[in-house]
Parts: sequence; C-alpha cells; structure tokens
Amino acid sequence: MAEIQQKGGDSGKGGKKRAKKASTKIDMTPMVDLAFLLLTFFMLTTTFAKPNVMQLTMPVKEKNPIPDEQTKIKASQAVTIILGADDKVYYYFGLNNPKDPSVPKPQVQVTDYSQNGIRKVLLARQQQQPEPIVLIKPYEYEGKEARYKNMVDILDEMNITNQKKYALVDINKDDIDLIIASGL
Amino acid sequence: MPKVKPHRTSPSLDMTPMVDLAFLLVTFFMLTTQFRPDEAVVVDTPSSTSDIVLPDSDIMTLTVDKDKRVFWGYDKAPIKAAALQAVAAKRGLSFTPAQIKQFSLLPQFGLPIESLGSYLNMDAEARKAPGIKKQLTGVPYDSLNNQLIDFVVEARKANATQFQKPTYIAIKGDAGADVSTVQKVIKILQERDINRFNLITDLEINTGVGSEKK
Repeated sequence: MAEIQQKGGDSGKGGKKRAKKASTKIDMTPMVDLAFLLLTFFMLTTTFAKPNVMQLTMPVKEKNPIPDEQTKIKASQAVTIILGADDKVYYYFGLNNPKDPSVPKPQVQVTDYSQNGIRKVLLARQQQQPEPIVLIKPYEYEGKEARYKNMVDILDEMNITNQKKYALVDINKDDIDLIIASGL
Repeated sequence: MPKVKPHRTSPSLDMTPMVDLAFLLVTFFMLTTQFRPDEAVVVDTPSSTSDIVLPDSDIMTLTVDKDKRVFWGYDKAPIKAAALQAVAAKRGLSFTPAQIKQFSLLPQFGLPIESLGSYLNMDAEARKAPGIKKQLTGVPYDSLNNQLIDFVVEARKANATQFQKPTYIAIKGDAGADVSTVQKVIKILQERDINRFNLITDLEINTGVGSEKK
C-alpha cells in the first residue's frame, strides 16, 4: 500500500551483469496496522482516573455513655439541617424540644442543594457569632427518606463552606413531627 | 528534441518515526493499563468536590446499591481467601480449594455465605448472566445474621497479620441508595471501632462560586 516496489533497473539494457540488490525496505504497513489497533484498544480500555473519595470520620462510639459528660449543644449555636425526601433540605436554628416550654418552637424553612440554597444559608450564618454547629439529620419516615446522594451533597457543602463543626445524627420523632407540622 | 519527463516523486514515505511513536504509546498503555474488573453490581456514585484520591491498595469496598443490597469486596486475593475461610469456619461451613480460588478472583460478592458454594461452582461466564445477577441478595447485615461484619473483621485481621498494613474502608454507594442503609452499614462498623470511612464519589469539575450545582 504505502510502499510501492520500484521496478528493478536490470531488465533493460543488454547483457551487463549486475549484482542483485535486495531492497532494504520492508513493507511496514501490517505492523503499523497492528500497532495502531493495539494502541486504540489499550487507550479505550485503560482507566486512568482513580476514584475520588470523601473522608468521613465518625466519632468513637462510647459503649456506656455518661449523660453528664456528654457535651450539650447550645441553642444559640445549633443549626439543624434535615435531609428530606425529593431533594428537599429543611433547616432551622436553635433546638427543638416541644416538651420543654422554655424552648421556643423553631421556625422550619425549606431550601435545596443548589449554591443559592443551603450554601447561602450556611455562609450567612457563619458571619454571625457564636459559630454554628451543624446537625445533619437524614429524614426517614413512612418509607419517605433521603437518598445517599443528598448525604454526600450536604457533606460536600460542609467542605465548601468550610464548616468544621458538624455531626451526622439520627432524626428523632420531634423533628419528624416538626417537619410534618410545617407542611413544607 | 528530448522528451520532458515528469519528475516522479516516490510514493513511499518514511514511516519509521510514526511507528516508533505508535509502539511507544502501545508499550505505555500496555504497562499502565488496569483492566476494569467485572463488577457484580453497577453503581452510579454521587459527585462531590473532594479531590482526595483513594489509596492504592488495602481497600475494602462496601458497595451499597439502590435495592438495599450490600456487596463486599477486597482488592487482594489472599485476603479474600483468608476471610472466606475464617467466616466459613465460624459458621461450620467449608469450601473446596477450587471454590476458594474462585472466590478470591471475584471483585466483590453479594450473597449469604450459605448459598455461596453453588454460586462459586458456576463458571465465570454463567455468573455474568443478568438473571443470576438479579438473584444476588447482598451480604446479610442484619443483627441476627451479620455476615458482613464477620467478613470485614476477618479481612482486617488477615491483612494485619499477612501484610502488616491497615485496611481502608471504602463505601461505594449508589446516588439513589437510601441514606438509612448506608447509615446502618456505618453503624455496624462503628460498633467494631471502625470510624474512618472513605465515601467514593465522582469528581465534580466546577467547584467555584458561580457554578451551578445540579
């Protein structure tokens, strides 16, 4: 194909004897074909990208927790984020304790995972003192619950907003009631 | 008058540099390639802005899919074999050397240990059938029959004794998986004082302000 054998010049003129010169060129086309075939194959099958990971360190579980030694979170610092079903994010400031009349009922608001959603709320809260402590609670009630993607998203938001103090905790009945009562 | 001969250029060109380059690239790709293992379940991991990469080795992967199934995998074959033998011994089961060899070649598995034997007797092609893949029920992880934690604990132990290395726990969850399943897995591991996890995610390209996060 690429290499056209030139006709040897020894057929023509008369009886002059010449040493037969073998051509030093060999047809490389099949080899090149094969090389490129292999190249294409390995390029397509190779996986360069190693997976990225998000590190999650959970607190050491105390086998016999002593109630007095557990740190109580202050109402002024608490920010609760509830990961709802259908990609909704509920949040409220302060604590929710309907049994204690001295604790005011928190105002639940709803937002989403976009950069104008929960990120703005967190960034605005971080401007105020005292510094916030975020409690992340995945919603789980009557078959409706958050997806794993939501959990990764919210942990990612903690990274983006550089929120150092946060905890992943289970939702309790009071919070579920609060969400349902809010109708959001 | 002499005839004007058209100057003929030879149609052959020197391909040597191109061939050199082609073989260089072939060699490079051949040496760097790592074949993607044939996974028992395909999960679509969520994306994050985290740019930490997973360590090279000693990774235990717990795959959580949409149907609350959990799959267990380890990246070293001898550890897998050792873990299987230890868990089987604990439950009074035994596997033939051929089955253990087959098991150590699986990238991950998701079956109760009782039905693992017949699965391992199948040949590798038969296991890929979609009907078989659907039958995988996941490794049991409920509190009554918690085989998952046994595999985790035995694999860690084996890695510590055979290679003197710590094991990294990677959780590979599907974006649509339930948080409760993932949290349950985390809780099970926490009970055995495993508190560090790596959540496998895809890298989200645009991280800065002004980028739209879907």
